[in-house]
Amino acid sequence: MSALSNTNSMKALSVTTAVSDELQPDIKFKMIVENLNFSYGSVQALFDISMKIRRNRVTALIGPSGCGKSTFLRVLNRMNETIPGTSMEGTVLLDGRNIYEDFDDPSAIRTRVGMVFQKSNPFPKSIFDNVAYGLRVNGIKNKQLIIQVVEQSLRRAALWEEVEDKLDNSAFMLSGGQQQRLCIARALAIRPEVILMDEPASALDPISTAKIEDLIGELRKHYTIVIVTHNMQQAARVSDHTGFFYEGRLIEYGPTKQIFTRPAKKKTEDYVTGRFG
Amino acid sequence: MKTIELQPNTNSLEVVGHLKFGRKRRGFIPRGVTFLAVLIILLMLAVIIGNIVIGGTPTISWEFLTHPPEQGMEAGGVFPAIFGTVALVILMVIAVIPIGVFTAIYLQEYTSPKSRITRLIRIAINNLAGVPSIVFGLFGLGFFIAFVGGGLDSLFYPEEGPVWGQPAIIWASLTLALLTLPVVIISTEEALRTIPRELREASYALGGTKLQTIWRIIIPQATPGILTGSILAVSRGAGEVAPIMFTGAAYYLPYLPTKLNDQFMELGYHIYVMATQSPDIEATKPLLYGTVLVLLLLTFSLNSVAILIRSRMRRSRVSAQ
Amino acid sequence: MEQLIFKPKSRWREFFGEKLISVNAFVALIAILLIFVFIFKEAIPIFVDDYVKEDASLDKMVFKQQYYEGREAKWSWQPNSEVPKFSLWPLFIGTLKASLVAMLFAIPLGVGAAIYCSEFASRRIREIIKPAIEMLAAIPSVVLGFFALMVLATALQNTLGLTFRLNAINAGIALGLAVIPIVFTVAEDAMTSVPHSLRDAATALGANRWQVSLTTVLPAAIPGISAGVVLGFGRAVGETMIVLMASGNAAIVSASFLDSVRTFSATIAAELAEVVFGDTHYHVLFMIGSLLFVFTFLINLSGDIVLTRLKERLQGKAT
Repeated sequence: MSALSNTNSMKALSVTTAVSDELQPDIKFKMIVENLNFSYGSVQALFDISMKIRRNRVTALIGPSGCGKSTFLRVLNRMNETIPGTSMEGTVLLDGRNIYEDFDDPSAIRTRVGMVFQKSNPFPKSIFDNVAYGLRVNGIKNKQLIIQVVEQSLRRAALWEEVEDKLDNSAFMLSGGQQQRLCIARALAIRPEVILMDEPASALDPISTAKIEDLIGELRKHYTIVIVTHNMQQAARVSDHTGFFYEGRLIEYGPTKQIFTRPAKKKTEDYVTGRFG
Repeated sequence: MKTIELQPNTNSLEVVGHLKFGRKRRGFIPRGVTFLAVLIILLMLAVIIGNIVIGGTPTISWEFLTHPPEQGMEAGGVFPAIFGTVALVILMVIAVIPIGVFTAIYLQEYTSPKSRITRLIRIAINNLAGVPSIVFGLFGLGFFIAFVGGGLDSLFYPEEGPVWGQPAIIWASLTLALLTLPVVIISTEEALRTIPRELREASYALGGTKLQTIWRIIIPQATPGILTGSILAVSRGAGEVAPIMFTGAAYYLPYLPTKLNDQFMELGYHIYVMATQSPDIEATKPLLYGTVLVLLLLTFSLNSVAILIRSRMRRSRVSAQ
Repeated sequence: MEQLIFKPKSRWREFFGEKLISVNAFVALIAILLIFVFIFKEAIPIFVDDYVKEDASLDKMVFKQQYYEGREAKWSWQPNSEVPKFSLWPLFIGTLKASLVAMLFAIPLGVGAAIYCSEFASRRIREIIKPAIEMLAAIPSVVLGFFALMVLATALQNTLGLTFRLNAINAGIALGLAVIPIVFTVAEDAMTSVPHSLRDAATALGANRWQVSLTTVLPAAIPGISAGVVLGFGRAVGETMIVLMASGNAAIVSASFLDSVRTFSATIAAELAEVVFGDTHYHVLFMIGSLLFVFTFLINLSGDIVLTRLKERLQGKAT
């Protein structure tokens, strides 16, 4: 009971900050999560998480499997709502606006906060149609514009040279690494501000993984990126900030360098030095 | 009895060997007996199909397929029956596909399998599949012809004789649509279940709404399943006679059905009429066999196509994973 | 980069789309209810209408009646006679005889083939049996009826030296051909859904393949096999065209399976076309339809429940 009333008072506090943020979007932070609790049915998966995600930086989320990092990621673009029977409390702000209350339509959030999944999941359509899909469902009908954006997105995802002359081929003709970059291009096409990546390279070979990592380095110039990863070297390589999740709680969050060299918490140290996980 | 024997002898190697031998023999008899059951089924299937193919092949000719019956069905062909069957199942498919596909989508995409309403609908579908076809015939007569058709007549044609309140191809096809609805639903559902969750998520993550995801991703992906279901429904509908006997099929018509409220001739009903009402069965026999062969070819070829699509669908699902 | 302007999603389209889809989902449910209502509606006069009750009251349909002065009381179905007789017994006995033969024929074959398919058959043989059974299921019942009428009846008459060409045996065998696929499919499905862990456990205790089948698979699958039998029986009772063509359609009360029989379903099929709308006979036929509907409904419901429970239990064990 006391925990509940506690969160309520915290929530009340966060509302006041939300209002002031809306007037003046935070320059440093793109997304702000406050006092987030999340449950699948009766099983609580996230406990009182607060986290500020920096603009135009790469934030890595690490932790053992089942620690809630992927769940947290899905809360950031309301993808959790596609799973029936979940419940959530707390606030998630995008440029100062509460994505759960200030937007009626979850799909409007998802055009601003894009997502790349663990397993590459191209549609059973042509390469072109895959990238164009997001534009079409969002009501873009201008063919010239679509062609233009598809090319830009594929270039940005460093895939254009490889697929330039086979845009009409099925996306399934591509290799695993290419498919994942196609999925990134597809996410880029709707010009999101934030890109969420859920272990984007976990199913790929080392060369494809390197390509994806290079790509992330490129993309951070234009986007805010949040990446969930199992691979600590990867987190160290690509990210600016790292959050360590354990059993549904955010144990430690700070600059990547600090997390990997001088972690403040014992748990974090145990994990990044490979003592468990 | 045998367990009593077993106990004192378990330490003797000799007896263990003997027991093993006995065990193997015991497995041989059921294997043989059950295989016999398979053989009998296959044999009967072969006899039926062989008999019809041998009896019907000499009759089948271009003329038989394109001419109407003559001389009280003792000569001529079965064209009106083929035409009627095709028209009947086309109307049926137009009615049954949207209903069946939408039902499957509702069950798979909009509700949780444990919800009460889903269970209720599922029970209804299973029972619909088990209602005897003759009861569908009664229902078609009582509901479509007397209630709907009769209602339309008293509303719009109170002065004339029955326009809609009489046996007609539209009522027969709607009756068949209800009968074949479970086939389409079950087949579409199977296809929907094979669509990976990731595809739906990818669409949502790109800003697609639920309806857009269903329309642009899920229905195209489920097309083979929808097709399989429709073909199986057509095959089933083309072979059913009991539901159309009172709802629209006619013994003999000098014209082809051109309006929704026309009666029609149909292959299965034609077979029934020729086989049971003919004054001279020996004279109609060749035509009868020919008609049966046409119907059998129609249903078998439809079924083979459906099985082919279905197995391809299953294989592509395996290779995608 | 030029600006992309996204159109806000139409809430109306989403709303009506969902409504359209859910409305269709209720068609099956509504259809079952409408079938119930419209079949029963026409059967009700038997219980309330005095004119109808005169010839076809419940006791007249069930008990022996003395139709003519000085003659023996008997059960008789002669709706078009000068004294209309609506006893359901001859039809009931006919239905029972035909479906009994069908089940005696279909159970050993269907269950036997299912056991072979699930327990003994190699993959290649299974890939012959299953399409063959599907083929058997795809044969329209009017074709089976035709075959029984033209070929089977003659063959049986010649080999057994029968008086009547068309009889309960002939109709029952043809009916059995339609029932086999149902029994086979449900039974085979029940057996193959017995989890491998169960089989492995028995195998590890030293049982050979047949012992595994006999001691673990079959007992676990028994509810499923019986559900298949029950569903098959439902089909046998409801099937129309086969019995209409192959049974001879004589409504007689006799114990002999070599006599011609008339079933409930065939009676509707044969007589509804000639009946006067709203006549006693008309209502009686709908009442027979109601009986068939209720009977198959109960059978399907119980089969359904048994199978769902079985699946839940077996899969619960597996995981």
